[in-house]
Amino acid sequence: MAKLVAILATTHHPFYYKTSQLPPDVAPPFAAEWVRKVEAYRATLTRTRPDVLVMVGSDHFHQLWLDNMPQFLVGKAPFYDANYYNEEREFGLPRLLLKGHEELSAYILREGIDKGFDLAFSNELRVDHSITCPIFTVRPQNDLPIVPIYTNIFAPPLPRPERFVQLGRTIRELIDAWPSDLRVAVIGTGHLSLELGGPRQFGPHGPDPEFDAKAVEWIANGDIDACLSEVTLDSLHAPGNATHGFMDFMLMMGIAGYQKADYADNLDLFHTMEAYFTWYPNGVNA
Amino acid sequence: MSRYLVDKFLFTVDRDPDLVERYREDPAGFVAWWEAEQANQILNCHSGEASTWLAFDDVERQALATHDHVALFELGAHPFLTLTLWIAMFERDHDQPLAMQLDYAAKLAHVTLPYPDIST
Repeated sequence: MAKLVAILATTHHPFYYKTSQLPPDVAPPFAAEWVRKVEAYRATLTRTRPDVLVMVGSDHFHQLWLDNMPQFLVGKAPFYDANYYNEEREFGLPRLLLKGHEELSAYILREGIDKGFDLAFSNELRVDHSITCPIFTVRPQNDLPIVPIYTNIFAPPLPRPERFVQLGRTIRELIDAWPSDLRVAVIGTGHLSLELGGPRQFGPHGPDPEFDAKAVEWIANGDIDACLSEVTLDSLHAPGNATHGFMDFMLMMGIAGYQKADYADNLDLFHTMEAYFTWYPNGVNA
Repeated sequence: MSRYLVDKFLFTVDRDPDLVERYREDPAGFVAWWEAEQANQILNCHSGEASTWLAFDDVERQALATHDHVALFELGAHPFLTLTLWIAMFERDHDQPLAMQLDYAAKLAHVTLPYPDIST
């Protein structure tokens, strides 16, 4: 069977790439610590020597639109072009070409549908910064084939938080049972408290540091039940109007199960808190 | 009310650099052109096929035609779409990093929870 060697759950901050490229004399004061933390986080993936990456993220109204909006979508293609004009414009993100792992995509689609998730699929998917930010941070050589999984955290009606956790559990079961010799890592990105286009945006911290502190504890401790007892579609409006992206963290908690993270770190930045978690479900030396 | 169509306007303009500039320079004229020529185009569909029923109401048309991001927020336009397009159009008019975004937020300071519904 395939071996699930690492589960990474992290924020995706589109300004990281540009910030990390700046020479020290023009970089903002927080840049050095940010780069240091990201490089330490990258090592948690590198050491596990993955062969293929399952990547969970969310399209930001790029390819997916309100005339035909999937709740959960799996890419199944040999390649994925990446990043869009407005991400170049706003964040300075370069265009990328990622390889796809069609066999694992097909397996997740078939088995996922059979396990009760009517997954949408795409044979021509251009992925955006929710997928490419973690490439820039934890796999900048971009040398591994991926399976992108998109969730709708953006356009109501959204699936409920419980559904994200259930999908995570299902993905975990599927990977554990995949008849393959490959080493699989899952990387998912979401948000802690976040406001976009509202009165609380771009403050000195995330819009709700109290929520962020709780969220970091839930994730680090694998406390799925406490998280589910407090988080609902309605409650997520309060910490910030884009905080539904936290449900991608909840999906990743579903993959990790009731386990403490083996690595947990965070960084309080303007606008939002960065957070980095890794689990080694089969041991650190699997 | 056509919250969907307002979002469609923001979405289609934001992803086309030429349309961004045209909307920045002549908002009223551009909105009239877009509503007449583009509003009923079905995205991701064969060219030549179109809808027949999409139109702004007066309040929406006015908000778009006057670059009124506060009104758009209050109408439930998707805040991510509005913000992204506003950054494209107006960040260049500010000297300091994030000054535009902070000004944008300050103009919404009177808004309290719960925010307007954005569902479509």
